[in-house]
Amino acid sequence: MRFALTEEQIEFRAVVRGLLADTCGPDELRAAWPDAELAGGGPGGGNGRVPGAWSALAEMGVLGIMVPEANGGLEMTQEDLVPLLIEAGWAALPDPVSATAGVAVTLLAQATDSEKRAGELLAGIAAGELSFGCAFLAGRVATSNFVPAATSLDQILLCVNDQVHVVGPASLPLERVQSVDGARDLFRIDLVDQLDNSTVLLTGEAAESATRSAFDFAALGAAAELIGLSRRMLEMTVLYATERKQFGVQIGSFQAVKHHLTNASLAVEFAEPLVLRAANSLALGNPQASVHVSMAKAKASAAAKAAAAASLQVHGAIGYTVEYDLHLYMKRSWALAGEFGDVEFHRRRVSDELLAI
Amino acid sequence: MDLTWSESEEAFRTEARSWLESNVPTPALPSGDTKEGFALHLDWEHRLAADNWSVVSWPKAFGGRDASLWEWLIFEEEYYRVGGPQRVTQNGIFLLAPTIFEFGTPAQQEYYLPRMSSAVDLWCQGWSEPNAGSDLAAVRSKATRDDAAGGWRLSGQKTWTTRGAFCNYLFGLFRTDPESERHKGMTYFMVPLEGDGVTVRGFGRLDGDEGFAEVFFDDLFIPDDDGTAATMARGGILGEVNQGWGVAMATTSSERGLTLRSPGRFQATATRLVELAREQVGNGLSEQMADAVADAWMDAEAYSLFTLSDVSGVVEGKAMGARSSYNKIFWSELDVRLHEVALDLLGPSAELDGPWMKGYQFALSGPIYAGTNEIQRNIVAERVLGLPRK
Repeated sequence: MRFALTEEQIEFRAVVRGLLADTCGPDELRAAWPDAELAGGGPGGGNGRVPGAWSALAEMGVLGIMVPEANGGLEMTQEDLVPLLIEAGWAALPDPVSATAGVAVTLLAQATDSEKRAGELLAGIAAGELSFGCAFLAGRVATSNFVPAATSLDQILLCVNDQVHVVGPASLPLERVQSVDGARDLFRIDLVDQLDNSTVLLTGEAAESATRSAFDFAALGAAAELIGLSRRMLEMTVLYATERKQFGVQIGSFQAVKHHLTNASLAVEFAEPLVLRAANSLALGNPQASVHVSMAKAKASAAAKAAAAASLQVHGAIGYTVEYDLHLYMKRSWALAGEFGDVEFHRRRVSDELLAI
Repeated sequence: MDLTWSESEEAFRTEARSWLESNVPTPALPSGDTKEGFALHLDWEHRLAADNWSVVSWPKAFGGRDASLWEWLIFEEEYYRVGGPQRVTQNGIFLLAPTIFEFGTPAQQEYYLPRMSSAVDLWCQGWSEPNAGSDLAAVRSKATRDDAAGGWRLSGQKTWTTRGAFCNYLFGLFRTDPESERHKGMTYFMVPLEGDGVTVRGFGRLDGDEGFAEVFFDDLFIPDDDGTAATMARGGILGEVNQGWGVAMATTSSERGLTLRSPGRFQATATRLVELAREQVGNGLSEQMADAVADAWMDAEAYSLFTLSDVSGVVEGKAMGARSSYNKIFWSELDVRLHEVALDLLGPSAELDGPWMKGYQFALSGPIYAGTNEIQRNIVAERVLGLPRK
């Protein structure tokens, strides 16, 4: 029994943390927003990507962390990737790290019918040349048909009932929609009927099973990012409450403020172990993995909403502006809390399992 | 990350389970917080001790099994899984013993620990006073030096002393430096509750049991330690005179942290909650209640995993420190939630005397004792998050 990261995982995480602090600060984040006014600054015209951070992660091998060595990857597991996604969340990196390194690799690794094509795509991921999005359009998982930064991606995986397709964005009817979080530069993909056999990657039971595990990873990836986002918001807020004075004292000395922040922190600290356990369960193919993912996503979503609410309240009016950085992280939390199954969806998956309804 | 148990840990589990399954009394014992119930629980404690299951993580020399922290967690899981009785000896075992291990002389350890593990001496905690609750440093009970007689004379009042009416010893803080204020000038005493100079009056708790006591000291004499059993039986001092606050803090951090509340208890409660809800599936269980059950279950899982992560750190030599305040807030509020959901499931029958209403009233004490959760939240905010004290 040892429920802790290894020395190597801790070191890898520290390197990624440093790298993201350098390449994905609030300025780079604002530059990913298409609309400078909504972002509260920046050049405008962004496409939901932070190219400096993405290429640095690619160079480090983060994108191919789960890709088999035979395809040029590091052949590590969900346990190694999830702590890094917590860091991606801390930086609010909008790029598709979870979708590419986690969801796409999960799907492609199971595409034994189209082994050659899948192998090429996996090699492309490991080489840092390909970025992926993923949409779940119909089936037994929660419908998730929003794809961030879709036009910037190389490939989009579509899970539709018992089929998985891999399609370039130019061949898809993408409808641009406005996310509360502009850095997501969001597109909706509605159920497409013009898919033909040329794009099919998986069919039948294999597709359904791969879709389930891909959805599980997608939900867990979002949960991990939510943990990081929550920590970031709370760190910012503690700092602000230490600097800001009212009635002649630091506002962080008020008990009401302390208790708001402790409550949010409790939610985060007790959600994180659920996230790490789910990573372990996915890595080992534990039959309870889906339930473990649902516990993680339900609790991480709730924790992030609590952290966002407490952070805004403690910041007061300055947090209620787009010039201040908090909104960049808060809006991502709101978006991810509902993505790949919200609290209600995942809690229901848990209660169905517990109560066998 | 390795979330599996080793072969020897599994063997330990099997041994514990089989002993518990054939020894845990059925039907369950009545509450141990009444005179009659306490006596029955004492029989149970003696049975545990006879087969070395009362303090598994202690050294064998003091009645334990030298079990690792992991094995202790396993034992607790099994204990509560089969519905083992509440531990009426727990305040000694989990609060005083860690302090004796850390501050006691070898003679004190040899005298007090085996008598505690075999439930010969029964210890209650004497922290609170009428005007010193969450503000423990406001303790006013005092011990006056009597050089002529060679010892200390105790006077003052302790209150809300759990099971004080049934125990024969108390440990607590007494002010030994009359000029001192707040955290300074207190000494950690171990005190007999029988004989001249001490009066114990039991009174009813919220649930009606006589689980509380107030204890009055009037010139109770504690002789200086000469290393003999006869003297130690009359009480003594742990650590240095006037250093009691530091000695006591070692105890409270074990109370708030791992040692008092292993996850096994809450997982067992969560399992019983799920069983209660299952009885209503197809028979009026609303989605809203199913969600509430799932939510409470997830929190019990989270607490268990959080503890595994803590223990992983502790066995590698990392200190828990102020993080232990997270545990105390979480488990105590989790315990209340589990019972609230169960009472909601019971609907109109919730008010009837039964295990859930009894358990609910018991759970409500959690956010209050061992430092109220408001104090714990301040500790987290200041010492973990880094917010300013004043």
